[in-house]
Amino acid sequence: MDDLIQEFLGETTESLNALDSDIVKLEKNPNDKDLIGRIFRLVHTIKGTCGFLGLPRLEAVAHHSENIMGRYRDGSLQVTVDSVSLILEAFDRIKEIVAGIAATEKEPAGDDSVLIAKLDAVFEGKSPSAAAAPPPAAAQPPAEKKFVPSADQLFEPVKAENYSPPPPAAASAPAPVPAPAAEAPKKSAAAAVPPAAPPAEDKSLRVNVEVLENLMTMVSELVLTRNQLLQILRTQPDSPFTPPLQRLTHVVSELQEGVMQTRMQPIGNAWSKLTRIIRDISVELGKKIHLDMRGSETELDRQVLELIKDPLTHMVRNSGDHGIETPKERLAAGKPEEGTIVLNAFHEGGHIVIEISDDGRGLNTDRIRKKAVEKNVATEEQIKNMADAQVQQFIFAAGFSTAEKVTSVSGRGVGMDVVRTNIEKIGGTIEMKSVWGKGTTFTIKIPLTLAIVSALIVEASGERFAVPQISVQELVRLSSKGENKLEEIHGTPVMRLRERLLPLVSLTKILKLEDFDNGRANKQVIVVEVGAQTFGIIVDRVFDTEEIVVKPVSPILKGIKLFSGNTILGDGSVIMILDPNGIANAVGKVADAHADTGKTADGAHVLSDNERKTSLLIFKAGEGAPRAVPLALVSRLEDFDVKKIEVSGHQKVVQYRGKLMPLIPFSDHMKPKDHGNQPVLVFADRDRAMGLMVDSIVDIVEERINVQITSENNFGMLGSAIIHGQAMDVIDVGYFLSIAHNDWFGVKSDGKFQKKAGPKTILLVDDSPFFRNMISPMLTIAGYQVTSVESGHDALALCNAGQKFDIIISDIEMPDMNGYEFAQKVKAGDSKWKGVPLVALSSHATAQDLDRGKAAGFNDYIAKFDRESLLRSIAQLGEAA
Amino acid sequence: MTAAEKETVSAGGNKEFLTATVGKQVFGIPVLQVQDVLREQKVTRVPLAPKEVAGSLNLRGRIVTAINLRHKLSMPDTPSEMKTMYIVVEHKNELYSLIVDSVGEVLSLPDRDFEKTPATLESSWRALALGIYRLKEQLLVILDVPGMLEALFVKDDAAA
Repeated sequence: MDDLIQEFLGETTESLNALDSDIVKLEKNPNDKDLIGRIFRLVHTIKGTCGFLGLPRLEAVAHHSENIMGRYRDGSLQVTVDSVSLILEAFDRIKEIVAGIAATEKEPAGDDSVLIAKLDAVFEGKSPSAAAAPPPAAAQPPAEKKFVPSADQLFEPVKAENYSPPPPAAASAPAPVPAPAAEAPKKSAAAAVPPAAPPAEDKSLRVNVEVLENLMTMVSELVLTRNQLLQILRTQPDSPFTPPLQRLTHVVSELQEGVMQTRMQPIGNAWSKLTRIIRDISVELGKKIHLDMRGSETELDRQVLELIKDPLTHMVRNSGDHGIETPKERLAAGKPEEGTIVLNAFHEGGHIVIEISDDGRGLNTDRIRKKAVEKNVATEEQIKNMADAQVQQFIFAAGFSTAEKVTSVSGRGVGMDVVRTNIEKIGGTIEMKSVWGKGTTFTIKIPLTLAIVSALIVEASGERFAVPQISVQELVRLSSKGENKLEEIHGTPVMRLRERLLPLVSLTKILKLEDFDNGRANKQVIVVEVGAQTFGIIVDRVFDTEEIVVKPVSPILKGIKLFSGNTILGDGSVIMILDPNGIANAVGKVADAHADTGKTADGAHVLSDNERKTSLLIFKAGEGAPRAVPLALVSRLEDFDVKKIEVSGHQKVVQYRGKLMPLIPFSDHMKPKDHGNQPVLVFADRDRAMGLMVDSIVDIVEERINVQITSENNFGMLGSAIIHGQAMDVIDVGYFLSIAHNDWFGVKSDGKFQKKAGPKTILLVDDSPFFRNMISPMLTIAGYQVTSVESGHDALALCNAGQKFDIIISDIEMPDMNGYEFAQKVKAGDSKWKGVPLVALSSHATAQDLDRGKAAGFNDYIAKFDRESLLRSIAQLGEAA
Repeated sequence: MTAAEKETVSAGGNKEFLTATVGKQVFGIPVLQVQDVLREQKVTRVPLAPKEVAGSLNLRGRIVTAINLRHKLSMPDTPSEMKTMYIVVEHKNELYSLIVDSVGEVLSLPDRDFEKTPATLESSWRALALGIYRLKEQLLVILDVPGMLEALFVKDDAAA
C-alpha cells in the first residue's frame, strides 16, 4: 500500500477516535470554544488530506461536516443534540470509508448524498428540526424507505445551488448512479471490513519522541558504565565477575541496537518528495530527467534524517537545475537525451554514505574562478595557483552560484554553503567531484546516530583528547628521517605525504598546552579532512578507539570552538572531544599569523576572511521578504499598545520615557494596526529616539553577511544580503532617522561630542563594505565628516596626497596590510599623519589584542559593535587633538 | 534569587549556610544550593578555558565543571601540597564544583546578623558576595553562586 495512504489511515483512525469523545463532550458543553476549535481542526485536516490523496467521497463528507463545525465555531449555529448526532453519523461514515480503504486500498463505492443533504440542511440552520426528522428516517431500514427519497428530493435542490461550488461537484459524482437504496448494501460491506482495518493502527505504535530520546540517554549511560566495568576488569584477570559481565556486555549491546532501531527510519522517507520535485523541474525547464533512487531502504537515525532532508532536497534540485542540460545540449554533447540523477545510499562502517550524482554538464571552473575574484573570496593571484578541485570547492562559499540566470528553481546563490554547514553540524562531511562535461558527484558521509560515536583517543602534552573517527583519514608516524619527516617552512610544520605537502598543526600549540615533550620521537600525525581542507594534527601518542557518548560542554566552556563536547571514558576520567571543524578554522588563523605561509592553505582558508559574523535582527514589514538590520544599531525593541499612539501634525508619535518619540512606518504600504500592540524598533542616538513600526519581529541571527550594495536610489535600503539562505534587504537606519528628525544630521553644532567649531574629519579604513556602510552613517549622524577607504594602501595614498584628517579609525583584520602594519606606517618617523590619533576597531578585543594595538601605535582599541565607546573615544581624542 | 534561596529566606528568620574557607576568608553558601561535598578529585584540565575553570570531573557519570574560587577572588593559587575540597552546586541543570581549601560546618544564622556587602570592598569580591554575616569571631561572606556562574557564561551575542 502507498506509504502516504498508510500514514493517513493511521492518523485518521487516531483522530476519529479522539473526535468521537470530543463530540460527545461538546454535546455536554456546547459553548466550549477550545473544544469546537479542536474538532474543527481535526475535521479540516482529514478533509485536506483526502483532497490531496484523491479520496472524493471522504472529502465530501468531511467537508460538509466541517461546514457545520465552522458555524459552531463562529457561534452562528447552536449546538443541538440532533445536529451532534448527525455529525456523529457523518463521522461513522468517514470511519466506514476509512475502513474500506484500509481493506481494499481504494475508496469503497457508495452514496453519501443523503447524509450530505442532511449535513447541509443543518449547516443552513433552517432545519435543525426538519433535519432531525430525516436522519433517523434515513437510518431506518428499507421499510420506511418510501420517506427517504422525498427527504432526499427535499434537500437535493438546496445542495445543488449551494454556496460552495466544489463539494456539490464532488458529491454529485457518485450521487446519480447508486440510489439511496445503495446505502444498506454498502453498510453491510462496511461491516465486513473492520476486521481487516486494525493493521493500520495496531501494527505500529506512536511513541512520543521524548520517550525515545530519554531511553536513548539511559542506554548511553549504560554503555558508559559497562565500559567502566570492562576497564576495571582488565586489571583483574581472574575475577568472578568476568562471566556475568560478558553477559551484561552482550545484553547492553543488544539493547543499544534495539533502542537505536526504534529511532531508525529508511532514508526513502526523506526522498519521497524528490520524485515530484524532479518532475516539476523537468516540466518547467523542458528537460528530460530520470531520477534513479538506490538503497532507499537504508536506515538512519530519525534525528539525522530530519537534519539532512533539506540539504538533500536542495542538492537534488541543484543537480536537476544546473547539472542536467537541456535535451538539445545533451544531444549535441553526444549524450543520451535523458539526463540521469542517481541517489545512492549505503552503510559504510558506522556511517551512512549518500551519493548524489548526475551526468550533466559538471562545474565550469573557469566561471567559478572568475566569480571567486568578483566576489572577493580570493585574489586573482591565489586563483591562478589553485587546482581545479580546489576551485570547485568555492561553490560551498556563501553567496555563490554559477547559474548564468536565476530561475525559479534555483540559482539565487543560496545554498551550498548552507548545505555544508548543516551537514557538518551533525558531524558529517561532504565532498564533491566534478568533471566538466561529464557530471558532478556529491558524497555525503554522516554518522548513523548522533548519540554514540566512535572516537580515537590521543594524547598531547600529557592530556588526553578524543577525535571523532569520522574525520580521521589516516594515522602517520613521524620519523626523524626518511619520507615521513617533519619539515618546517618559516616555523610552520609540514610533511610530505604521498607526493603532497600536508600542512601540520601541533595539538599542543593550538591548545596552548605546556610543551614539555617537544623532543619526543615517534610523534604521530592524525590526518584529518574537513571539507576541502586536509591537514595533519601532531599528537604525542595515539591510544585505541572507544565508543563515546557525546555530552555537550558546560555553558562556561561553549566559547572554545576547538571542542565539540566532552565525555567520560571507560576509566572514569572526563575528556574533551576535539572538533575538527574548529581546528580547521584555527589552522586558518595559524596560517594567517605566518603571513608568508598563509597562501599555502587551501581554499577554505581563503574564505575565513569572509567569515565574520554579524548579529542581525530580522523583521517583517510590508510585502516581500523579511528585512534585516544590524542588531548593534537597534537600541531597544518595544511593543506599544496602538491606543497609546497619537498623531501630532502628520506624524505618529508615542510617549516614550517622558518624551514624544516619532514613529515612522517602515513603508507606506503597511496597513496600520487598529488594535493590539505595534512592534517598534527603537533607534536612539544621544537624547533623541525614533521608532520604526514593523509588522513583526522574526528572529535574531548571527550570520556572515556580505551586503551587495544596490546602485539605484533605493531609499531606506543599504542593499541585499543572504541571510539564513534567503536574500533579504538590509535597511539603512540613517534614512529613517532623517525622516524622523529632519535636523538629525544637523545636530552637529550642539552635539555634546562636538565642542570645537567645524566638523571634525575622520578617515575610516575597513575592508568590509558592510562595516563601512554601518559605521560611516553612524559617525555622520554624530556630526563628523567621514571619508572611508577599503584598505591601508588606499589610506596611505591619501596621506601621500596630502589629505588631512583629525582622527583615523582602522579595522585590524584586513587583507594585504592589516591594521597593525597600517598603524606602524602611520606612526612611522617620516609620516605626515604621525600626530593624528588612531583608533583600532576590531571584532577581537581581548587584552592581548589591546596590548598589541597599543604597541603598534593605536591610541585606542574598540570592539566593533560598541558604538558608545567609539563615539566617546573619538570625542576625547578629537578634543585632545 | 533562586528558588532555593527564597526557601532559605523563608525559614523563620534563620538561614542555613555551609561554610568553607578559601585563603584566610570564611565563606557561606546557602545550604540548599549545595548538592555534594567531595574530597580531592581527579580533574581533567580544559585547555583554552577561562582561567577560573580548573577543569572537568566525573561525578557519578555526570560531568562537573570545576571552578577555581581562588582565581575568582584574585588570590594566589593553592600551594601544591595542600589538599582541596569540592563543593558541588547545580545551576540551570548543569553541575559545577567550587574548589575551596576546606569545608566547615553548617551554620544556622539569624537574619538580624545579616548586612549588605560594604561598598568599599574590592569589586571582584563585591560581585561575588550577597552579603555579610557578623559571626562572633569573624565575618562570613555569603557567596552569590548563581550570579558568579552566570558571569562566567559565554555570551552568545558577542560579535565574532
